[in-house]
Amino acid sequence: MKSTLSRMLALVMLVAILAAGCAPAAATPAPEAVSTVFKVAIVMPSSITDMAFSQSMFEGLKKVQAEMGGESAMEIAYSENLFKVPDAAAAIRDYADKGYNLVIAHGSQYGTSLEQVAPDFPNTAFAWGTSVDTFQASGINNVFAYQAEAQQGGYVLGTIAALMSKTGIIGETGPVDAGDAKLYIEGFQKGAEAAKPGTTVSVTYTGSFSDVSLMATAAETHIAAGADMLTGSSQSVVGAIGVAKDKGVYWFGTQWDQTSLAPEAVLASQVYDWSGIIKDMIDSVQKGVMGGKAYTLTFKNGGLVISYNSAITVPAEVKAAADAAIAGINDGTIVP
Amino acid sequence: MDELFKLPVLLGILYSGIRLATPYLFAAVGETFAQRSGVLNLGVEGIMLMGAYSGFYVGMKSGNVWLGLLAAALVGILMGLLMSVISITMQAEQGISGIGLHLFGLGLSSLLFKTTLGSVESINGFKPVRIPILADIPYVGEVLFNHNLLVYAAFLLVPLSAWFLSKTTFGLKIRAVGQNPQAADTLGVNVIAVRYFCVCLGGMLAGIAGASLSIALINLFQENMTNGMGFIAVALVYFGGWKPYGVLAGALLFSFVNAFQLWVQVLGIKIPSDFAIMMPYVLTILALAFATKRAQQPAALTKPFERGEN
Repeated sequence: MKSTLSRMLALVMLVAILAAGCAPAAATPAPEAVSTVFKVAIVMPSSITDMAFSQSMFEGLKKVQAEMGGESAMEIAYSENLFKVPDAAAAIRDYADKGYNLVIAHGSQYGTSLEQVAPDFPNTAFAWGTSVDTFQASGINNVFAYQAEAQQGGYVLGTIAALMSKTGIIGETGPVDAGDAKLYIEGFQKGAEAAKPGTTVSVTYTGSFSDVSLMATAAETHIAAGADMLTGSSQSVVGAIGVAKDKGVYWFGTQWDQTSLAPEAVLASQVYDWSGIIKDMIDSVQKGVMGGKAYTLTFKNGGLVISYNSAITVPAEVKAAADAAIAGINDGTIVP
Repeated sequence: MDELFKLPVLLGILYSGIRLATPYLFAAVGETFAQRSGVLNLGVEGIMLMGAYSGFYVGMKSGNVWLGLLAAALVGILMGLLMSVISITMQAEQGISGIGLHLFGLGLSSLLFKTTLGSVESINGFKPVRIPILADIPYVGEVLFNHNLLVYAAFLLVPLSAWFLSKTTFGLKIRAVGQNPQAADTLGVNVIAVRYFCVCLGGMLAGIAGASLSIALINLFQENMTNGMGFIAVALVYFGGWKPYGVLAGALLFSFVNAFQLWVQVLGIKIPSDFAIMMPYVLTILALAFATKRAQQPAALTKPFERGEN
């Protein structure tokens, strides 16, 4: 039995090495010019291709990198699919330890970990989202916070959905009744009800950010209940978008432009453009301000963009109503 | 609550429940074979992910979902073979090697997705096949007999497996190997070969379970898209008392309650969504607690076989 044990251990190690080698944690190698390069690291709950939350931030980083002059000016390291907080906390500490200038904890669940890690690395700037809390109240000065005012885009998309719906029934499906998803879903509901009083808006939550199958079933259920306009939040909505396509109903995306998944079904998306915020954080760090600022993405500051799918015709009066909603949100007459 | 018991809602629950149950049936019936032969394979989840990826990739590149299904089955067999070599031939602890297999499948499917696809795309998967006459039955016909072929296959697999395990000589050998491998060995049954067969068959079915998601039900591949289904499938085997019909009952209970709780939310019945989401899990745990028939557990489950040891 002894040989069995040693063989077993060897195998477990082999499997572990293989799995670790395959684990999608890619760090861009550091370029030659070490002194001038600004090093950003990001820890994310889902993958950089999730068509949603993580992808929006990663593409924002890449946009800023290109504007700053490529990899020689800004280095991006990322760890993805760290939905579990302890794993993410270890990665955050690791990046700070390795001397990254800015470490982004891209998930509201990472907050308490960041509160513990940040004080140990006063020369590193951290960013946490989505949240508005920079921990300054607890004496921490090297954390930025950022949040998307998801309800703003939700309100506008809800307006479009209510005006285009033939059945007067709209289905929304989210992961959990909290955070970014809750903001978006409630904004959408408010927009739909304001645009066309009497519109029925049903909401489901699946309890998971990654259960594609249950998200698809939720979409099926909404359609069976009469919905002809659907929307939802989290990376698992790709399942629901497929159902929308198969059943011939329209889908509204959020966080990232989801048109490419189903060009015949995705009518419009609210896209998060984090690049303005990222640039400001980098500027601040270069000037010696390591945190303390809370940012929000809004229509006004250009962080939120409604992206229409050019393949689907939206009546001019519906687009006008959407534009009016954006104007109302910007001047404060509409509070989504 | 009255609105829940209207016909369209009940039919909706039936339709969604059947679809939700499909991947669980493939994976859990496959795992039933492995466990009846004495091997606990906790790597079902990893095999499902590899099956989902390979089915999607081959289906997309070749434009033929049948080739995708074949690829998923073959990859499933290969993953089963890997599990067999580790846990049967090398006699590694089954629980640990299964978890290793899960991590391996999770990592490898993500890596392959990144290098070959890079972004989530959708394909045209298996189309629904309407069964004539049966689908014309009022009300339930459309709900029961207008699904894609993999859904029918998953439900046909149950009686087929039950018959195979209880009525055929080979089924008897499988049960003997899982119950008392030493005795089976004395009677000339090749214990190792039977276990290899069962684990590979389980792997094949887990691969098809993954493909049923990526090329038949959801028609896309996303990293970690199985989201723990493989582990629920292992639990369903215990739930079902190591019998295909028991597995069917468990899979249907779990899926129908899940479909039901979504309707509860859609109809706006005032229950917190967290409670609705919990319902399938709570019910499954309750059913497990009240219906434990441990006596049916294969006696040699998780025990490696070595000739002459007892």
